[in-house]
Amino acid sequence: MTIQFNDETFRGAYTFKNSEWALKRFPFPFHEDSYMYSVNMEQHKGGPAGSIYEKRFDVDEHYLSEMRDRAEVLKEDPLRCQSLPNMTLAGWDLLELIMVSKSEDYPDMFELQRKGDKWRWINKPMGIDDSFTFLDEATLPFGPMEYITRQTQGDFVVLDQRDENLWMDAGMVTTQADWSLDFDIGMNFFEWHAPVPKAHEMGIFVRALKFLLNVQQGAPARRLNWTMTVNPLLDTSPENYHKWGTQKRTITANNIGEKQHLRVELQTFFRLPRSNALVFPIRCYLASFDDLMTVPKWGRRLHRVIRDLPEELATYKGFIDNRPMMLDYLSKFDDGKPTSNGIWPDRETEPLRD
Amino acid sequence: MSGSEKINVKVSKIVLLNDLVTRFEFKRIDGELFPTFSGGAHTIVEMKDGGITRRNPYSLMSDPMDQHSYAISVRRDDEGRGGSLFMHNNVKVSDDMVLSYPVNLFSLDLRAKKHLMIAGGIGITPFMAQIKQLDRSHGNWELHYSARSPSLSAYADDLVSMHPNDVHMYYDSENKSIDLENLLDGQPLGTHLYICGPKGMIDWAVGQAVNLGWPNEVIHYEEFLAPKPGKPFQVMLSASNKLVSVGETESLLEAIEREGVDAPYLCRGGACGQCETVVIEAEGEFIHMDHWLEDKEKLSRKKIMPCVSRFDGKTLVLDR
Ligand code: FES
Repeated sequence: MTIQFNDETFRGAYTFKNSEWALKRFPFPFHEDSYMYSVNMEQHKGGPAGSIYEKRFDVDEHYLSEMRDRAEVLKEDPLRCQSLPNMTLAGWDLLELIMVSKSEDYPDMFELQRKGDKWRWINKPMGIDDSFTFLDEATLPFGPMEYITRQTQGDFVVLDQRDENLWMDAGMVTTQADWSLDFDIGMNFFEWHAPVPKAHEMGIFVRALKFLLNVQQGAPARRLNWTMTVNPLLDTSPENYHKWGTQKRTITANNIGEKQHLRVELQTFFRLPRSNALVFPIRCYLASFDDLMTVPKWGRRLHRVIRDLPEELATYKGFIDNRPMMLDYLSKFDDGKPTSNGIWPDRETEPLRD
Repeated sequence: MSGSEKINVKVSKIVLLNDLVTRFEFKRIDGELFPTFSGGAHTIVEMKDGGITRRNPYSLMSDPMDQHSYAISVRRDDEGRGGSLFMHNNVKVSDDMVLSYPVNLFSLDLRAKKHLMIAGGIGITPFMAQIKQLDRSHGNWELHYSARSPSLSAYADDLVSMHPNDVHMYYDSENKSIDLENLLDGQPLGTHLYICGPKGMIDWAVGQAVNLGWPNEVIHYEEFLAPKPGKPFQVMLSASNKLVSVGETESLLEAIEREGVDAPYLCRGGACGQCETVVIEAEGEFIHMDHWLEDKEKLSRKKIMPCVSRFDGKTLVLDR
C-alpha cells in the first residue's frame, strides 16, 4: 500500500497532524491576495499527479482515523445519517459510483468484483470483504448510502432534482462546518442556503442552482470553500456547538499557530445515473497556521486575505472575534513582497521555511 | 461547455416496427459498458448529413440497467428537416455514430405512490424505460397509451401482453380516447402524472389536471419540439464576429455550430433553457418555437432559443 495511514484523533487530545506529503498537497483556497464569495465551478476531471484533484474520491493519510471519527459521531447521534424513502435508489447510485471509482483509481487498496447483481467489495485498509446483491438492501449491514459513506472520507449530501430545484433528501454529515443535516433535511436549495449574507443579492445562488441542475452524467464539477476551525475538529456541528464553540476562546498569542486551522472543503458534484439525483460530496482538509506558514507564499497571502475580508464574511465564517489575534500572528509572515497567481507554492524559487 | 460527454457507437440492429417507426440499437465501439441511466433520459444522436451535422434528441427506450446496448425509436417525419428521414433512409447496420451521455429532463418522481402515464404516439418511448425501471423496484404504475391505429402503435402488443392489467390502449381509428377526467378523479393520493406526446395532447392533459386541482409538482411532461424548417435568414454573431446564413432545413443552432462557434445546449428541443441567447439587435419577426421563454420574454425581443426558433427579417444580431 502506498499510503501510510496516520493513527490520530480529531477530538480529545487532538493528535491530528499533516505529514509533509499532506501539506504539500493541501488545497490552499486563495488564488490571489483577496477573496470574494463566488461560485467558481470547474469540471472535476482529474488534476496534477498527487494533488487532491487527481482522483474522483481522494484517499489520504487521514482515511482510517476519519472513518473512526465518523463511526463515533454516528454512535452518539444516528441522525447524522438520514435518507428519505425516495432516495434509496440514489444511495445505490452513490455506492456504485464510489466502488467503481475507488477500485479503478486505487486498485491496490480497493477491489470490486461484479457478476450480474452479485457484487463483492474489498476494502483492504479497513479490512472489509463483503458480498451482497446490488439493489437488495437486505444483503448489506446498512442502507447503501450509509454503507459506502462509512468507508469514504468527506460528508455526502444527496439531492433529489425536481420542480427545477434541488432537495436535500439524504445525507451522511459528520464533518460539517456548522450546519445540520437534521435541520436541513427535505429543504430545497434556497431554503438551506438562506443564512449566507450578501450573496443572495448578487444573484449568485440563482446562477449556482442553474449550474447544478445542469450537471451532467459523466461530467462532474468541483469548487473549493473555506472557513476557520480552532483545533483540528472535524465535527463542528450546531448540535455540538456547546462543545466546540467554547474552544474558540482558548486561542492565545502563544498557541494560535498550533490551534488555529484553515479548513478547506473540496466540494464536488456528480449526477447519479439511475436516480437522476445529484450527489454533493464535501471533503474537509485541515491545516494549522504553523504548517501553512512553512510555505512563504501562503503566509503572505493568508495575511492579506484575512486582513481585507469584509466584516460580514468574517462574522459568517465565525472568526470575527479572533481576527485581531490572527492578524498579529499572520503579519509576521508577510514581508510585503508580491505573490504569484494561483494556489500552488513557488517551491522552485522559494524553499519551505522550517 | 456545450452538450455533454460523447460515446462512439456502432449501429448493431435496425428493426422496422411499423410504417412510421423504426428502432435503432447501438453498441459501444470501445467495448466498454454504457453508462446506466434513469428512465425518461434522452440521448442526442449526431448525424453527418452531407455537410450538415444534425443533432437530434431521442428518448432512450432500452432497459436502464442494460449496459450492453442503447436503443431509440424514431418516427419518420416526412415534413421535418430531415433528421428522422436521415435515420430512416441513410443509417445502416454497423454504421459508426456518436451519441451523447444520457440527460434526463423527464425523470420519475420517486416519492410518488403511483405513476400515472399518458402517452401519445411516439411519446411512448420514455415510458418504455421508466416502466422497466419501475418494474425492477416494484413501483406502482399505469399506462394510458393512445395511437392512431393498432398498426401504428409501436410496442403496444408487447406492453399489453406483459402488463395486461396496467396498460390501456386507445385508438383514434376506433374512436376511443382517454377519459382523462374520470381517470384523474379516481387516483389515490400521492399519484404523479406523466405526459409525453404531441403538443395538443400535453396541453389538454395538463389543462385538465390543473383544472381538477392537481398541483404543478405532481404534473410532469416532456415534449420535444423538432426544429421546423423555414425560410433561410442571416444572423450576425457579435462576440465571434461572424455573419452566418441559416439554411431552410437547418436550425439556427446548427448554423452557429457549423461556423465553429461553441454554443451551449442540452435538449435541442426548446425545453431545457440551456441555449438561451441574448438578442442585441433585431429588425423583423421572431418565430419563437420553444416552451422555455415566458410570453413576456418573447415579446421583449431580447432573447431567443436557437435550437428551435427562427427569424424572418432584415437584421438579427446575437450575443454569441
Ligand atoms: S437546447 Fe434546450 S432549449 Fe435549446
